[in-house]
Amino acid sequence: MVPLFMVIPLAAAFIIALTAKLDERVHDACAVTGGFVIAALSIAVCALLGRSGAPGVMTYRIGSLPPPAGIALVIDGLSSFMLVTVNLVGFLVTLYATGYVKCYTDRWKFYSLFFLMLSGINGVLLASDIFNLYVFMEIAAIAAYFLVAFGTEAEELEASFKYAIMGSVASAFILLGIAFLYGATSTLNMADMARVLAASNPARVIQLVSVLFIMGFGLKAALVPFHAWLAYAHSSAPAPVSAMLSGVLIKVLGIYALSRIFFNVFGMDTAIMQILIVIGVLSMAVGAILAFGQSDIKRLFAYSTVSQIGYVAIGLGVATPLAVFGALFHLFNHSIFKSLLFLNAGAIERLRGTRELGKLSGILADEPVTGYATLVSALSISGIPPLGGFWSKAIIIFACIQAGRPALALIAALISILTLVYYFRSLSPVLFGPKAEMTAGARPTLAMNAAMAALAVLVAASAFALLPAIKEVLLNGAIAVLTNGTANNVPLGAIQ
Amino acid sequence: MTIYLLCLALFSVGLYCVLRKRNIIKIIIGIGIMEYAVNLFFALIGYRAQGRSPIFAPDQAIRNMVDPLPQAVVLTSIVLGLSVTLMLVAVAIRIYERYGTFDITKITRLKG
Repeated sequence: MVPLFMVIPLAAAFIIALTAKLDERVHDACAVTGGFVIAALSIAVCALLGRSGAPGVMTYRIGSLPPPAGIALVIDGLSSFMLVTVNLVGFLVTLYATGYVKCYTDRWKFYSLFFLMLSGINGVLLASDIFNLYVFMEIAAIAAYFLVAFGTEAEELEASFKYAIMGSVASAFILLGIAFLYGATSTLNMADMARVLAASNPARVIQLVSVLFIMGFGLKAALVPFHAWLAYAHSSAPAPVSAMLSGVLIKVLGIYALSRIFFNVFGMDTAIMQILIVIGVLSMAVGAILAFGQSDIKRLFAYSTVSQIGYVAIGLGVATPLAVFGALFHLFNHSIFKSLLFLNAGAIERLRGTRELGKLSGILADEPVTGYATLVSALSISGIPPLGGFWSKAIIIFACIQAGRPALALIAALISILTLVYYFRSLSPVLFGPKAEMTAGARPTLAMNAAMAALAVLVAASAFALLPAIKEVLLNGAIAVLTNGTANNVPLGAIQ
Repeated sequence: MTIYLLCLALFSVGLYCVLRKRNIIKIIIGIGIMEYAVNLFFALIGYRAQGRSPIFAPDQAIRNMVDPLPQAVVLTSIVLGLSVTLMLVAVAIRIYERYGTFDITKITRLKG
């Protein structure tokens, strides 16, 4: 069951490429089916692993060699939680894309690249070997560079080029870090590496590699000193791609990979956690301040992503069980509401023919599905109770107070108010303003409306994930993986 | 030790090239230099003095071989580097068609 998470998207990508000559409805059907099957599978796996009394991990051995020499795939609590987030968003974005990419020629290329990216992301989540993690990360990233440039307009090419250059530099730093780690431990398997590092404890190598990884994965996660590419790439890409980049790609390639290595391989180190907190605070503040001056709706959402990722980073940096819970819940919430906001921005752009905030108005009256979806996700991201975004921010703020960091809690609360202000200021004319004359409008198709409505329902219902029964299945395993640190690694002998 | 430092110097040359050059083709070459520096560094980690190539034949004892794992890793990494370079060059050609220049300081239609 484990390798299906890579096999299904890869198969979908290749089937779509092989049937390129056939009718485009075949590609649409193939893409939506693939997305649905994998989303259903991820929920099934999460439910299976989260049952009380379940072992909590699923493993798969590629080939006959046992690890650490052989390659193994492992799904633990954190992976299964991330798989649900990624594939749920992936499915709904695919559904939306069937309507959105109608204007492009060669739609099959879009779907092929999209599923290649999805299989890379899933591969990162399954990898138990640090070099495999790197390879899958590169697969996802290369597909993302192509997808950003998909429209081949001047802006898109420029954004794609800048993103690809920065991404490649980040990858070079990460590979350099992996080389140093291999030199120190003689193994690439992450669980084995954690064991060797705990036994020999080469503090200086760990410090050097930590810096390289914070640069590399920090750039992939768009944390603040490394955030410059994000506004280009996310605002120029086609809407479904922006939604995937902002919703899941930066979280898996950045936050997940960073926390997997720092928590489960190096073990929690107070200095590194302190750096994460500083970077997180910088991201929150700089992202929110930059979002204020934006006149382009997608750039506004892009900078707000930088700001919200800061919350996840401080939650992980504080690293108490409550803070990690808040960080993961915020990550889940942000995945759904930010991908929904980008999908809405795409629909609004199609409808009005512009992304200028000053020229948009009356969306709520004109196109109720898009309008209400934007409203509910904007309310959630600005932290209005009882929506999920309020609870996840509140949990992070309480966790900061509980961990004896009231200043941090105060900053997080202030930035939250700032978020409310800039969302209200920018989006209220767009939603409630007078209904404008229709310009160049293509109304969202049924598939696009269905995808936006489904995501809006998820955003509205995400607070229910706090109910003990759902939290037990979805989040508790992931929290345990991070808070137990290196003790949580699957023993190599247990991999079948 | 010198050889490792030279390798990291090569990495810095690539990084300098990416950060300071204005021609986007030179930036792509800089990315290539960085990737090759890292690949070389990885291969050097697996090297041992006077080691022979890690090819196992039935009549040979496994003795004094260099570590084969970095070589496999570097091979994969070269392929990834190839695909990134290919992608960058393809985009650079399209950029030249749209902007009529390879100068990165003139490719600034996106602001902020």
